[in-house]
Amino acid sequence: MDFSLTPEHEMTRQMVREFAEREVAPIIKEYDRAHKINLDALSRMAELGILGICIPARYGGAGMDYICLGLACEELERVDTSLRVVMSVHVGLSSLGLLQWGTEEQKQRWLIPQARGERYAAYALTEPGAGSDVAAIVATARRDGDVYVINGEKMWISLATVAHDFLVFARTDTRADSPHRGISAFVVEREMAGVTTGDIHGKLGVRAGSTGWISLADVVVPVENRLGEEGAGFKIAMSCLDNGRYTVAAGATGLIRACLEASVEYAQERHTFGREIGQHQLIQQMIARMARDYEIARLLWLRAGWLKNQGKRNTRETSLAKWFATEASFAAASDAVQIHGAYGYSDEYDVERYLRNAKGACIYEGTSQIHELIQAGYALGYRKDRPLPCELPPYEE
Amino acid sequence: MHIVVCTKHTPDSEAKMSVNEAGNVSWGESPLIINPWDEYAVEEALLLRDKHGGKITVISVGPEEALEALKHAIAMGCDEAVRVWDESCAGSDTLATSYVLAKTIDKMGDVDLVLLGKSAIDAETWQVGAAVAKRLSVPSLMYVIKIAGLDPDEKTITVERLLEEGRQVVSASLPAVVGTTKGINEPRYTSFIGIRKAAKMEYPLWSLSDVGAEADKVGAAGSAVRWPEVSAPPVREGEAEIIEADTVEGAAAVLVDKLLAEKVI
Amino acid sequence: MSNDIFVWVEQFKGQAAGASWEAIGAARQLADELGGSVTACLFGGEGVEPLAQEAISYGADKVLLAEDATLADFRVEPYAALLAKVVRDAGPATVLIGATFRGRELGPTLAVELDTGCIADCTALELQDGQLVATRPIYAGKLLCKCVIPERRPQIVTIRVRAFPKLEPDAARSGEVARMEPVLAEDDIAVKVTGFKEVEGGVSLTDAGIIVSGGRGVGGPEGYEPVRELAQVLGAALGASRAAVDAGWIPYEHQVGQTGKTVSPDLYIAAGISGAIQHQAGMRTSRVIVAINKDPEAPIFKLAHYGIVGDLFKVVPALTAALKAKLG
Repeated sequence: MDFSLTPEHEMTRQMVREFAEREVAPIIKEYDRAHKINLDALSRMAELGILGICIPARYGGAGMDYICLGLACEELERVDTSLRVVMSVHVGLSSLGLLQWGTEEQKQRWLIPQARGERYAAYALTEPGAGSDVAAIVATARRDGDVYVINGEKMWISLATVAHDFLVFARTDTRADSPHRGISAFVVEREMAGVTTGDIHGKLGVRAGSTGWISLADVVVPVENRLGEEGAGFKIAMSCLDNGRYTVAAGATGLIRACLEASVEYAQERHTFGREIGQHQLIQQMIARMARDYEIARLLWLRAGWLKNQGKRNTRETSLAKWFATEASFAAASDAVQIHGAYGYSDEYDVERYLRNAKGACIYEGTSQIHELIQAGYALGYRKDRPLPCELPPYEE
Repeated sequence: MHIVVCTKHTPDSEAKMSVNEAGNVSWGESPLIINPWDEYAVEEALLLRDKHGGKITVISVGPEEALEALKHAIAMGCDEAVRVWDESCAGSDTLATSYVLAKTIDKMGDVDLVLLGKSAIDAETWQVGAAVAKRLSVPSLMYVIKIAGLDPDEKTITVERLLEEGRQVVSASLPAVVGTTKGINEPRYTSFIGIRKAAKMEYPLWSLSDVGAEADKVGAAGSAVRWPEVSAPPVREGEAEIIEADTVEGAAAVLVDKLLAEKVI
Repeated sequence: MSNDIFVWVEQFKGQAAGASWEAIGAARQLADELGGSVTACLFGGEGVEPLAQEAISYGADKVLLAEDATLADFRVEPYAALLAKVVRDAGPATVLIGATFRGRELGPTLAVELDTGCIADCTALELQDGQLVATRPIYAGKLLCKCVIPERRPQIVTIRVRAFPKLEPDAARSGEVARMEPVLAEDDIAVKVTGFKEVEGGVSLTDAGIIVSGGRGVGGPEGYEPVRELAQVLGAALGASRAAVDAGWIPYEHQVGQTGKTVSPDLYIAAGISGAIQHQAGMRTSRVIVAINKDPEAPIFKLAHYGIVGDLFKVVPALTAALKAKLG
């Protein structure tokens, strides 16, 4: 069993790390304090091909594998979660959804510009009244000849005010026997009449990111914009989450590493009671746990990435990786603040930002509770994966 | 144009350096990277190739670790790479290193311009560029902060090079050796296409006989300088005397008195 | 090979580089121990001759002077050719060169010409059983390396600027001045100097006795104003950390640190600089270091001799005012 990363993996990791360190790290605090998204960073990620990192070259992407996607997310979130959130919604939830479920025409039309970073994509599933309970969404898409007319409100949508393309989930059949069955997926473009967006302020974390709402008022959407079959929306949404969650897992791993690095550095510099605090056992305990959790989180998401490269179903493995990494990153961040003492409580240091950012990941892309139930379902045999009409394509060189 | 870039690998500048009793230097787990100064040289080569056409060959004299530098340069966009090494090259000073580099460049035959970083962040001698130019009997243009003009047909180059007092503007014939300094450009990141090329590429290894280098001129045998002792610098005892006072003005006044006592003002 | 020591004296527009007098000072000490003489090699265009007497007053016994149009501007080819000739003729054991930009190009070029070694940028010189041992920092000063050239001669050493003291000049000292002719004709020299651009005024950073540097704490180009004022009152050069240069607040020529200039002034004042190892590498040998930073945990305080914890925008102007009051 070869645990080593290939030269492509190493060089990709290094390149993304350099970009994030050089161009974002020095100024991220400013944006976080201002509750403002750094659009320059976003356009740089587009320029450098990072927004299409694992999309095949024939669809305008960089043609790297899914492990490279994970490595990029680790390095981006190590600097700030907001950068990785972009990857989650643009690449993970949207572009890979198109790659998996789109027709050739749809891929030509939307995937290519997204992979090139010419258009940004967002994922519009959640509503004010429907988060964990996806089937409770009430947005509708009424069929009218060659078009659908979409009405509804989506909330807590990352990149809401910045994205060009939205993957919108709405109810096409309000009388389906099961609420899971009546949902369909659509590509809605910002330019369409009836689309308005706005920012949501006051978040605890990911303040250098954009989170908002989308209002869809009689938005007329051609049939060609429907992704997959009518009624397949729930399946599509869940499989998109397999990819989104993967990026969250990898990203949270990077966050654990950031906490570990900050804590080790501080523990070696700060002196109390006559020696560096790294010599005190209770500090050592916290650091040992961070180091341990980093390794575990890493192995879990790498395994999920490997499965994706093979074209194998990975719902269980990705959910496990996301659940573990995010909870562990919150614990690591909390300990990192503790290790920094009073300085950890101030925004002069980065660790309080890590803590605020980490909490969000325990909530979105499936709350920790949802994942706990998913894992119990697999373990108890209550939950079985059924084959999908479309699978995420394996990695091809 | 055929541009040659000389590069080497070094420990990361963040690495914690240490030396053991036997005098062996180590940098722990820190990765080896392309010498950061060489990135400016690679970038300048890429810009010149974009402008004038041609190809870039990146070369390195070193053991297998040197591949890190070569891979990075290829991933940035260089066309070809060559590594030169023999065990007998170990322990080389500037004299010996510049000898092998010059032989390698000579061997290529059609080189218009040689670029390299002004120094490496490990030994920081700043010497290899000038030494290579001297061996090749071509103009040495060191600490170049700007290539102001280059005519591949006329075979001329004009540069601005740093001196303490300002920038000297210098013209010379090609081929020439140019040592690049920070500020000459902004090195690009590696690209994904470059990364894939660098990962798949075969890196030819040239031997001493391939480049026509004589054994007694390389490595420790061909070196004039020896470094018998490497040590950690003495740890400075004590910390800063922090000046405290009720007011900022008060602290400033105390500091001025201290500096006068130290005779530094 | 004699115990004599040759020193290359660098000059620009008739002004000698301080590093050259320091090199003569170091040579003087070695020569006295070895029982040899110190010869200064002084090259330039017309009008350089007065420096010959200055070289003698700083400790040289003899000066080899060459004044020629081909030598008016520094170019490594004619300088190395002439220096190699005089060294071959006289056979000194050692050649010392100040580790300036010019010096660090001349040293290795001369070494290749003479097929010998050049030890770069050393900070200490000592004799062990008659053998010269040069100490130099490596890996950004994280380690020190002792170097020797056991067999080949001459041994060439470039010495770090301000790492060695120059002697008190003694105008009464006398010495011999011999004239030399350049080796290369203008047509033989492939490099032509076509111009010169002065860097934006002020004291040269590497020569400065006092440097005031601003770092990230300065916050922006305007933030340099109080730092500039302090530098002015002290007659100091203005320095910067890499963070400030990378942010575009001040040109690269002012950067102190591993990827900038290495300086060794008598007084180094660091305002709003955290003191990362890369910056330390560029200024750690300064005689007195003062740190001004609002973060008491900043690494610079471990390196500094004196520190004030506070907002630089309050402390620096207060310091400027206190200096004006004390120094008039």
